[in-house]
Amino acid sequence: MSSAVPRLPDHQLAALGSAYAEAVSAKRRQLVLGLALFALAYVVAGIVAEVRPTTFFTNLWRFTDYLGRIFTLEQGAAAGRFVLFDPVEWMWGFDKWMKLLWETLLIAYVGTLTGAIGGLLFAFLSARNLTPNSTIGFLAKRWLEFCRTVPEIVFALIFVVAFGLGPVPGVLAIAIHTFGALGKQFAEVAENIDMKPVDGLTATGATWAECMRFAVVPQVLSNFASYALLRFEVNVRGAAVMGFVGAGGIGQDLVEAIRKFYYSDVSAILVLIIATVMVIDLATERLRHHLIGMDNRS
Amino acid sequence: MTMPTTDHPLRLAARADRDGLIQRHPEIFRPSPARRIRTGLILALLAGLFAYGLVVLDFDAAKLVTGVGKLGQFLWFMLPPSTGTWAKFFVYLHALAETVAIAFLGTFTAAMLALPVGFLAAKNVVPNVVVHFLSRRIVDTIRGVDELIWALIWVSVVGLGPFAGVLALLCANVGLFSKLFSEAIEAADRKASEGISSTGGGKLHGIRFAILPQVLPIFGSQVLYFFESNTRSATIIGIVGAGGIGLHLAEQIRVLEYQHVSALILMILVTVAIIDQVSTRLRFALIGERGAP
Repeated sequence: MSSAVPRLPDHQLAALGSAYAEAVSAKRRQLVLGLALFALAYVVAGIVAEVRPTTFFTNLWRFTDYLGRIFTLEQGAAAGRFVLFDPVEWMWGFDKWMKLLWETLLIAYVGTLTGAIGGLLFAFLSARNLTPNSTIGFLAKRWLEFCRTVPEIVFALIFVVAFGLGPVPGVLAIAIHTFGALGKQFAEVAENIDMKPVDGLTATGATWAECMRFAVVPQVLSNFASYALLRFEVNVRGAAVMGFVGAGGIGQDLVEAIRKFYYSDVSAILVLIIATVMVIDLATERLRHHLIGMDNRS
Repeated sequence: MTMPTTDHPLRLAARADRDGLIQRHPEIFRPSPARRIRTGLILALLAGLFAYGLVVLDFDAAKLVTGVGKLGQFLWFMLPPSTGTWAKFFVYLHALAETVAIAFLGTFTAAMLALPVGFLAAKNVVPNVVVHFLSRRIVDTIRGVDELIWALIWVSVVGLGPFAGVLALLCANVGLFSKLFSEAIEAADRKASEGISSTGGGKLHGIRFAILPQVLPIFGSQVLYFFESNTRSATIIGIVGAGGIGLHLAEQIRVLEYQHVSALILMILVTVAIIDQVSTRLRFALIGERGAP
């Protein structure tokens, strides 16, 4: 076997070379054109969104001022000083806020669980490989899409009109959004499973429901739980602002503090929310790794 | 189940050795009672917390039934979606354009700002533990504050209007992108930058010629993905006065103009679908059909 590298005659090489140069410069032209288009879109968007750099820079001091102010005590012995000089005064509403935070967590929990159960059912209906028939699959998919595309706050606004103020509309809004989001993620997990157990069960004459229960669920359960935990974490954040539209939880007090300029309350509530979200973050992350670890081991 | 008359040899063999199978795989045929009890307890705990939550959160059947009834009415009045007059329609259209502009500016400006932060927070670029820890925690804190809260804060700084919305989205996304970017950078193949250092290239050369080409397509894809999701979030920040279509939506819901509400929701859905299509296309162009995350 000869190992000589064929060398093209010069006139062929020149043609190839110029084609290469042409391709490179075409790519470069494309890049420049893309950047120009992007810059144009940027300017147009800036005009539409009424971006005013001058206002921004002349008002920037207000932002730092705001930060300074929310971390300054207004009342008590240490009034006018940094909040940590008198944490008791700063956190004067600690008990009330913790109760509201607990309510927020419950809203997120009940909403997530309800949505996850619905998502579980719809995942089996909409996953391409499991759906009992294609019409049902199509309808289920579109419905899930609708549920997750409308922002949860919009659902909350509508539900507040229907169910009255309080946590009920918040829970329902989160449940619907979770339903749409988890339904899709669950279906994607289910589309990646090993189909052999399903075939096996079908061969023994099992019904569709039995196939789902004994062939699919054991394969996907840990992944589903992991996604549901992640969604719970997202929902805690979402539930924290549900109060903005009157749908319960800590958001109500926060928006009131911001609107009424109770500066130190704003920082106190924000710090509590951030701390809670961080704790939930860490806890769910550990649980999730544990779940996935179990999955990999078996 | 009826027994089939002819059976597969494999199945016959398995049936003949049933006792042996049970002995070899006791876990499958009879899960240990301790495990069963544990699973049962966890399920009971979850269900108990759920029931407790329902009670604490004021769920009651009568409220739900009347609420669902009202919701049904609501839906009935929503049809057909209409904005009333053309003038109103153009007002909404302008608000929608504002929303898309807010999402666009917020997302892409945040991406530009997050680029250096991402490198700073990546362990393999800046191995200093203190820098890593501090930048990660700061980013986490920024991310922990919801964009609606950011919107409220910026409204009190630069006043009502879409500009506050841009700043709010910008803040929320800087935190998000910094985290995503730094993770992508940490996952980059280190062989390329080792190659650069072996030829005498400095740290910055390594970043520019080894890491950046690897991560840029990933960044682009992530940014485009979040542009779509931010269009969704930008539709609502108007609720607190930070511009865009959310303001109109909240107002029409409050004044019970059902047909306007459905028209607005429809407009949002169509816009999000279009942006979804465009950004998916761009993403595939950027990273190739197969490399889709």
